[in-house]
Amino acid sequence: MLTELVNRMISGRRKAMKPIISVRNLKKSYGQQTVLDGLNFDVQKGTIFALLGENGAGKTTTVRILSTLMQQDEGKITIAGFNAVDDPLAVRNIISVTGQYAAVDDLLTGKENLEMMARLYHLNKKSAKYRISELLEQFDLVNAANKSAKTYSGGMRRKLDIAISLLKTPEVIFLDEPTTGLDPRSRRNMWTMIKELADKGTTIFLTTQYLEEAEQLADRIAVINGGKIVADGTAAELKQLIGEEKIILNFSGKAEYHHSLVLIEAIGNEDNLSIEVAADGNPETLRQLLNKLKKHGIVPQKVNFREPNLDDVFMQITGRMEKGVENR
Amino acid sequence: MKEFSLIWAINDGWTIFCRNLKHIFRNPESLIVSMALPIILMLLFVYVFGGAIQTSSDYVNYVVPGIIITCVGYGSATTAIGVTQDMKGGFFERLRSMPVHASALLVGHVAGSFVRNMISTILVIFVAWLIGFRPNASLIEWIGVIGMLSLFLLSLSWMAVLFGLLAKNAETASAFTFLPMFLPYVSSAFVPANTMPSWLQAFSENQPMTPFIETLRGMLIGTPIGNNDWLAIIWFGGLLIAAFIMAMFVFKKKFLH
Repeated sequence: MLTELVNRMISGRRKAMKPIISVRNLKKSYGQQTVLDGLNFDVQKGTIFALLGENGAGKTTTVRILSTLMQQDEGKITIAGFNAVDDPLAVRNIISVTGQYAAVDDLLTGKENLEMMARLYHLNKKSAKYRISELLEQFDLVNAANKSAKTYSGGMRRKLDIAISLLKTPEVIFLDEPTTGLDPRSRRNMWTMIKELADKGTTIFLTTQYLEEAEQLADRIAVINGGKIVADGTAAELKQLIGEEKIILNFSGKAEYHHSLVLIEAIGNEDNLSIEVAADGNPETLRQLLNKLKKHGIVPQKVNFREPNLDDVFMQITGRMEKGVENR
Repeated sequence: MKEFSLIWAINDGWTIFCRNLKHIFRNPESLIVSMALPIILMLLFVYVFGGAIQTSSDYVNYVVPGIIITCVGYGSATTAIGVTQDMKGGFFERLRSMPVHASALLVGHVAGSFVRNMISTILVIFVAWLIGFRPNASLIEWIGVIGMLSLFLLSLSWMAVLFGLLAKNAETASAFTFLPMFLPYVSSAFVPANTMPSWLQAFSENQPMTPFIETLRGMLIGTPIGNNDWLAIIWFGGLLIAAFIMAMFVFKKKFLH
């Protein structure tokens, strides 16, 4: 898994010449509320780029602006050399967008949905027919092709939606939270599908709330918070920042907690008297940690492990939690 | 290049129209509902209230033009809802991110609305015939009826599209039914206008429904038309042009940004 990721990253880098998407100082406000506060990033051709952030961080707004559905207040966007504001039609010709809400016609069958969209994409009949059967195959929708889309599950609708956006083999595909609301199995399938797309050379820009998802898929991850990119790097770089796993030590008393906090210099949470330490997967780290405490006569009440999540990224970057503790 | 884009615009409009046609037959409930209400209304007026209303000919003959516009009104509300659903759901967004001709969506909706309303109108006229509606129109008058109905249908459809574009959700869009539901009552659709109090009579005689109904009635059963035909054409022609221009304006504004 990891080696595959690294390989893809390297090949992504090698191809990297001129970015296919380039965003400089992107700003957008709704009235008083600033949604995007000067975004800067590049996406290289043929790679998967993930914009990672919480709800309301500005992910959907970014996708809508990049895909010419909305205009920015400030900043410059170039997609495959076209300026998104001056030449939206040229941009629309090479991109496709799949929003959070599937744009599927319920009263039509899956196949009819594809046929209608193929006609609106002005594909010729013959190649459309071929492409549609190819996509139905690829997205495992052959059996459901002649059933009304009304009867589809969430995952099937999402797949059909993405299949539609691939009718014209776009150069860049925008996926806004492609797995939100899907069950774990559909999510895995979606991941496989996205990777396959990228392997065929399509550039993918996706948004997600899940660190795990960004890590699984993306060659490059940008973390967005409060309308700003707060971190930008490969999954490995982000991991370095936040650690592989977290060891959580719980203490029975305040005195022990404070003493330990001084000893091990980590992030503490006074509310539940716990301290979080980055783990590297090596049992020796844990042994040394416990020994250090033992020397001062402290034995934690409980020791837990947990996977890092998006919160950890924010905490590391913004130091929110530490400040919160100090203020109290 | 220009011709090409015209061909594509027609292709796009036709594609949306075909989709809306499929909607009519896959969702027959909406067609049935939009016919059931006018038919019930017609039965109610003919058999319950009709006896008490003095008109120049059989009441069923008198009331059919009014029933037809109620029917078209209900049908148009379906159009308004359809437009709103496309705008608020992902369909409109998807079209925007595609190199599709901007007006295709609206033209497709109006064409679909036209066909659906024609179907329901013909069925309603058939039911009216079953309960004794006997028009004495000549061939030319029938052509006139079809022409007037088409004008009325088109202008109402474009108004519905405009309403659907402006509505925030499908519930609001369905409020479009109020217009065709209440305007006919204060026209000469169900009772002669001269039976109303004078202030209401003034409104009734000067609102667009009355000349339209009087024209239809004149063509169908031979009551005097006077200048009502011209008034109806000016009213609904004007409304059609105004609704069309405004709908295009609102849509293009939304489509581009």
